[in-house]
Amino acid sequence: MNRRTFVRTIGAAGASVLPMCVGRAEQETPPKEFVGVLVDTTRCVGCRSCEMTCAEVHGFPQPDPDEAVFEKERSPSTTQWTLVNRYNTDKGEVFAKKQCMHCNQPACASACLTKAMLKTEEGPVIWREPKCMGCRFCMISCPFDVPKFEYDSPIPKIQKCTLCWERLQEAEQPACVEACPAEALQFGKRRELIEEARRRIVENPEEYVHHIYGEHEAGGTSYMYLSKVPFEQLGFRTDLDTTSYPELSKDYLYAVPIVLTLWPAFLLALSNATKKEGEPGEEGGGDE
Amino acid sequence: MNKDSHALALVASEAKRFATFILQELKPKGKLLTPFNMFAAVVLLVAAVLLFIRFTKGLAYATNLSQDFPWGIWIGFDVITGVAFAGGAYVITFMVYVLRLEKYHPIVRITVLNGFLAYVFYAGALLFDLGRPWNVINPIIGNDFGVSSVMFLVAWHFMLYMITEFIEFSPAIAEWLGWKRVRKFLGSLTLGAVILGITLSTLHQSGLGALFLMAKNKIHPLWYTEFIPILFFVSSIFAGLSMVIFEGTISRRVFRSQISPAHEAAHDDIVIRLARVCAGTMYVYFFLKLLVFAHGQHWEYINTPMGYWFLVEMIGFVLIPVRLFTRAVQFGNLTLVRVAAVLTLIGIVLNRLNVSVIAYKWYAPEHYIPSWMEIEITLAVVVAEILVLRWVVNRMPILREPPEWATDRRGGEKIQFYVRKEEKQWATTT
Repeated sequence: MNRRTFVRTIGAAGASVLPMCVGRAEQETPPKEFVGVLVDTTRCVGCRSCEMTCAEVHGFPQPDPDEAVFEKERSPSTTQWTLVNRYNTDKGEVFAKKQCMHCNQPACASACLTKAMLKTEEGPVIWREPKCMGCRFCMISCPFDVPKFEYDSPIPKIQKCTLCWERLQEAEQPACVEACPAEALQFGKRRELIEEARRRIVENPEEYVHHIYGEHEAGGTSYMYLSKVPFEQLGFRTDLDTTSYPELSKDYLYAVPIVLTLWPAFLLALSNATKKEGEPGEEGGGDE
Repeated sequence: MNKDSHALALVASEAKRFATFILQELKPKGKLLTPFNMFAAVVLLVAAVLLFIRFTKGLAYATNLSQDFPWGIWIGFDVITGVAFAGGAYVITFMVYVLRLEKYHPIVRITVLNGFLAYVFYAGALLFDLGRPWNVINPIIGNDFGVSSVMFLVAWHFMLYMITEFIEFSPAIAEWLGWKRVRKFLGSLTLGAVILGITLSTLHQSGLGALFLMAKNKIHPLWYTEFIPILFFVSSIFAGLSMVIFEGTISRRVFRSQISPAHEAAHDDIVIRLARVCAGTMYVYFFLKLLVFAHGQHWEYINTPMGYWFLVEMIGFVLIPVRLFTRAVQFGNLTLVRVAAVLTLIGIVLNRLNVSVIAYKWYAPEHYIPSWMEIEITLAVVVAEILVLRWVVNRMPILREPPEWATDRRGGEKIQFYVRKEEKQWATTT
């Protein structure tokens, strides 16, 4: 029995004793393949059709159509799940769409103590209003700083892209993908998108940096990007782990059942060992 | 028939007596218009107004929280620092009930009461910070059980630990009400509650640190380490004990009339012994921090502003107080112990705020600074806790001896005798 199986056995034993207090960080293997979107920033023309459609489909106010919004880098907000930024790079202006990355093993979902934030079997990460208590631990944990909180509302919601999960249920594509006139966005199975991305890099090795952002970042994401310039020039974090973020607190959670089962036994033994001959029980003379 | 009405009359008279007693106890004792009371009234009133605004309009109207900084001092100070300060309860109950170091017995009740109230008020303050506090019950009732979340563990442990601390404290309530049989039953639960309480504390003190494990790329490398849970646990030991020393110094002045002669005589010796435990655990903590720092190979950060700030925390508020504790124990210097305890407490505030707020997104161009309203409400939480603590201490046998009947029984008498004898011994040796 190696260390890991030992830990798992103990963990399982603990979990059967106190199922409510015990955390397991592992995600179950999904029966379905995750879907995703491939963003080819070399094709994006910055028309912001995706922004406009997203706002329309999800009932948010229409974004300001003025080009002046490109002057500074924007982040998705409580009223804007996706948006396009313009970056001045080594190879001129490049546009990049930003939204939730829909991680394979999302930090936000594993952080959520009520499973309000949920990784669906299809791949999109969605937020479920009736469960959320508004602790904002998802925001602390998300390596991409995606979830946004309605600070100005007495009944606040968490707002973020859902990869149009409702539309996917009806076999439609995400609204932004459908709206893209430049074929910069491609929807499909994540596995197939990686193959497509590799094909584009192999066929046009001069056109792209040889990296698919999101293939391994944060353990892999459903949104993946191609670019002709290094990704840090497009405002992406390149210092992220390539293992999933829930992995970071897994060791701690594995230790929990061990402490929970062994600690009381140890303390009880210690308490008995220190008992003096003929000494009564604890305070007040109660029986032990 | 006659018998029934007789019994009924007896119950009614008992109930009336009980109600009169409670009403009598609810009345304030002592002068009402003291400077502290007036200060407390103003603080609480302002907080009530601010909380009304916060709950009717939203968090943005009372706090400086933002999309970049979802957690401010209501989490970083009220919850994360407050819980570390409340660590004294599990350490002292460990020493008294598990190690059976009876010499610490006189401070058990006040420490447990402090710990219990700290959890009630600081976990209570969490409700102000939650965006949707009406859903706070969801992880308890299973809507849903997010078992992969460290926060889930912390939430459950907070709740369970409050119950165990209440059980540990409950004999004092029974003694206050004069419920002899109940008192006996509650006393028999103490050891079980203590052992569960220590286990839960181990896990949620470290769990508060584990909350930040997934914020790996957002916390400055000098503070982020996979050992945060262990560091939080170890530091909660001396944080809690320093709070016991600090709080004991104040309550000895404020509640002078309550303190029994035996307790008074034992006090100085207890403080010195606690200082020794503080010094020991702080050396361990400092060494751990040193190992983590060396292992992380973050030398290049030392010569930056954040590096200087790290050194302030490590040298000014860990190394210096631990040296002071050591000197104080050597020379039996109580004043020095208190200075060291205060420095240690400041160090804990710094450390917890560094991890949760200050070193969190240290790279952000606009960093979070708490609004005056956040500070005011935090102050109100502390003031409210002090008021409740004072009410309880002035009525229940917390600092004074328990009533005769509570100790005047088989076993009980023996243990009380045993304590008294030991106390006399220190009184003569110190």
